[in-house]
Amino acid sequence: MKKELIELRVNGRAHEVAVEPSALLLEVLRQELGLTGSKRGCDDSSCGACTVLVDGVAMMSCTLLAASCEGQEITTVEGVSEHGSLAAIQKAYGDWGGAQCGYCTPGFIMTVKSLLAENPDPSEADVRAALSSNLCRCTGYNQMYEAIREAIAAEREGSTTQPEASASRT
Amino acid sequence: MDNFSIIGKPTAMVDAAEKTTGAGKYTDDLSVPGMLVGKILHSPYPHARIKRIDTRRAEQLEGVVAVVTGKDAPNPYGILPVGHDEHALALDKVRYVGDNVACVVAVSEAIAEKALELINVDYEVLPAYFDPEESMKAQTDLIHDNKPGNLEKDYHHVFGDPEKGFAEADQVAEARFIANEVTHAAMEPHSTLASFELDPHTGNLGRLTVWSSTQVPYYLQHKLSLVLEMPMAQIRVIKPLVGGGFGGKSEVIPLEITAAVAARKAKAPVKITYTREEVFWAHRGRPRTIIDLKTGVTNDGRITAVSARVVQDGGAYCSYGVVTILYSGALLGALYDIPNIQYDGYRVLTNKPACGAMRGHGTVNVRFAFESQLDELAAKLGMDPAEIRRRNLLQPPCITVNGLRVQSYGLPECIEKTVERSGWKARRGKLPKGRGLGIACSHYVSGAANSIIRSDMPHSTVNIKIDRDGGVVVYTGASEIGQGSDTMTAQVAAETLGCSLSRVRVIAADTDLTPIDIGSYSSRVTFMAGNATLRAAGEVKKLIAAAAAKKMGCTVEDLIFRNDEVLKKVHVGTAAPGRPAEQSSASVSGRVEGQILRGSLQQKRKEEGPKDRMTFEEAVVAAIDFHGALTGTGSYAPPQEARGGKHKGAGVGPSPAYSYSAQVAEVSVDEETGEVTVHKVWAAHDCGRALNPVAVEGQIIGSVWMGMGQALSEEMVWKDGMLMNPGLLEYRSPSAVESPAVEPIIVESVDPEGPFGAKECSEGSLAATIPAIANAIYDAVGVRLHESPFTPERVLAALRAKKNAKALNLTEGVDPTSPARFREHGGSLWFKGKGPERHALDPSRREVAARGAD
Repeated sequence: MKKELIELRVNGRAHEVAVEPSALLLEVLRQELGLTGSKRGCDDSSCGACTVLVDGVAMMSCTLLAASCEGQEITTVEGVSEHGSLAAIQKAYGDWGGAQCGYCTPGFIMTVKSLLAENPDPSEADVRAALSSNLCRCTGYNQMYEAIREAIAAEREGSTTQPEASASRT
Repeated sequence: MDNFSIIGKPTAMVDAAEKTTGAGKYTDDLSVPGMLVGKILHSPYPHARIKRIDTRRAEQLEGVVAVVTGKDAPNPYGILPVGHDEHALALDKVRYVGDNVACVVAVSEAIAEKALELINVDYEVLPAYFDPEESMKAQTDLIHDNKPGNLEKDYHHVFGDPEKGFAEADQVAEARFIANEVTHAAMEPHSTLASFELDPHTGNLGRLTVWSSTQVPYYLQHKLSLVLEMPMAQIRVIKPLVGGGFGGKSEVIPLEITAAVAARKAKAPVKITYTREEVFWAHRGRPRTIIDLKTGVTNDGRITAVSARVVQDGGAYCSYGVVTILYSGALLGALYDIPNIQYDGYRVLTNKPACGAMRGHGTVNVRFAFESQLDELAAKLGMDPAEIRRRNLLQPPCITVNGLRVQSYGLPECIEKTVERSGWKARRGKLPKGRGLGIACSHYVSGAANSIIRSDMPHSTVNIKIDRDGGVVVYTGASEIGQGSDTMTAQVAAETLGCSLSRVRVIAADTDLTPIDIGSYSSRVTFMAGNATLRAAGEVKKLIAAAAAKKMGCTVEDLIFRNDEVLKKVHVGTAAPGRPAEQSSASVSGRVEGQILRGSLQQKRKEEGPKDRMTFEEAVVAAIDFHGALTGTGSYAPPQEARGGKHKGAGVGPSPAYSYSAQVAEVSVDEETGEVTVHKVWAAHDCGRALNPVAVEGQIIGSVWMGMGQALSEEMVWKDGMLMNPGLLEYRSPSAVESPAVEPIIVESVDPEGPFGAKECSEGSLAATIPAIANAIYDAVGVRLHESPFTPERVLAALRAKKNAKALNLTEGVDPTSPARFREHGGSLWFKGKGPERHALDPSRREVAARGAD
């Protein structure tokens, strides 16, 4: 198939790329733009590791045509760290064990970002429902809830809490 | 009182930022100039002889660079020295649907895929075996010619006098348990990138570099050397970030060899990444296991004897199979005090993807059977299930009847803590109808005491280098796969040297740079690589201490290394004014000043006479001036006493230390639909010492969660050797909505040989979850489930059987190839033996018919 020139806005920057009409957004991000943070885990939108924001909405880039995203603002995990430092959710995921192998983490970070943008104070059920679009095989999700709670608190109070030492927890 | 500054503190993983920002690179994220893409052609038949492969049309397609077949790499290999029965690409036979036949190397994935369709393979289809008990009866068309009865291996062990033991029992329970097949489904699909360099001296292809998603870089280097007939020294294996393994990447997967063979033939770098479906075919998961178990107990709850006959459906190749079947028997011991054990284990070959090692290797399914039966016996005796477990505790230090040495043993405390936290005594049996509590225990090795490659080499070696900048670089072959290996290494080094964590940089899992470590499997890294790190850091510390003691005019025994300082003991707790000892831990003490580098500051200090404290950098500079280079090395090999007995197969099971777990699960069962919901699991785990509590808790929760998946929903469903659910949703990996709260409870028994007392924490908890849920279902609705996963259909069938109602056969008369009524899950699709004929419209059948017509 013949390639066409399209313009994609990713993380605030415009990129002109030549892609086949059938090219998927995930392929273009990873192979053409070198943004390998979004992961390929299943090819059929079951796992959510490829989640990106398209005009603020969490979408799975493995089943999205790149050409259909022209003119929209795409945010990938690479666009999340603010001003050269970790965003609250990224810091909290690290501190609270929300990421183990880390392969699903970029997708989860994007899903959480989209959740918090819509609902800054989600209940545990809201969080679970939102996270159910992404799969993780390491964490059993529990420590992600703690991380998300901490990130919300940090955004609100501008400070973060570290996990306590084990002695006081057992 | 243990007083650590880094050990025991919750610590973010050293690679956490890489993972949360997407900056970290996994194998599939890498590319090198001129890189080509490889795609593999898989067998559509479960068992067939390859008569001819015609690759000419594929080779002629524009964009195709090479087509590789078995002839390009004819040497057999396998992870176990006794099981070299695999070829990266099939030579003469395919043995499962998905077996590897050929590989196309092309400039793009799309072209490679197109080329796959142009390869013509003539197969002679052979009768296939799908059920292990049927497969054992085979006389002809064996899966491997040298394995009569399709039997990979069988073991028959008798410890003590089981017959006498059963005679002494007041109650005996006997039942068949079945645990269906599960797989790792790590989030990262396997990926390998292979690249050759040209040799400047010969002008031909020279050194090979392989980046791969592996848990075992050293074994990969070894197997590549076997197949490619290259010296190991010419092969460099680098493990980038790995997106989860759970055992699925703990052996050499065909694509890893194929990528290298393809790169050699294409004379260009080649990357192969599996699709999710291919990951399911690559498998190496936990085999479907049939367990005939018999346990005897006295009226006071003491176990007198256990007899187990275990049949594992191993799939088409040996893989780790011989080890798996041995673990199933060996780890009947070392949890409870069992005086008499009989074990008959059969590892059987079938025409399905090979099973291998998966989290809790070999122990999980037998533990499900054993803990369920123990619960049943407690019920027969009218005894509290927690109490019957307490009555059978070991009295360590001891050696079990099957030769396993147990030293630290936190099981009693694990049972106490879970019972207390879950409100067991007050709530069990008193919950509303349909809701119940169940308890179960498990254990696991902290690394195998005997390596799979029989040799006396250390299992882990670690090098440390410190330069004048005071930066500590630790070189370890241990493989970070998400469990926190690198972080553990950094913590142990920093604690030993008394420096801050930010000084330590870990270089890991690169066979050119790092000394040998046999890999991340059998939960060995913290114990073995941790001990090697401890020893390496101890060596370096000795050098620094000698120099510092000289400077301070004291003996090395008077020195304490802490918080980036080296101080005399008298100063501990009496920090200098305005400079509390704790404070310095936050900042890396002092920039490296030019004067220090030139040594003039020391000169100045020297003139001031002996001091009471030095910064870490000052001490390091003094040591380098004093000794020359500042490096240290440490290695670990399990002690002889921990290596087990002398019987055949005694090599598997022994470990320098065992972890222990006790769990209580709270479930509810919907009696109308048979659906089981797990509300909460309390999981106490004896990890010796929690070096990093956040990581330990994460591992416990993750294990429990994965056990819950196997208990409730995960199952590989087969028909005619064809996997019916090769996708993450169809396989039913639980999502956030289906996942319960898990309360991890850390128990620290402080092992005498573990690094700072630490033991295993990543696998041992998994096995207890399945029987804890089964026992909770019994408490809730009074039925015993003997087959996992406990799907609504199985639970409903058990409930109806209890009421003497007619069994519901939900798939009666259903054609599995007809999507309208096809249920992918529920286990009813497990057709015994070969199952029904393929449907007339089944594509594979049409293909056969069409070929017949030609």
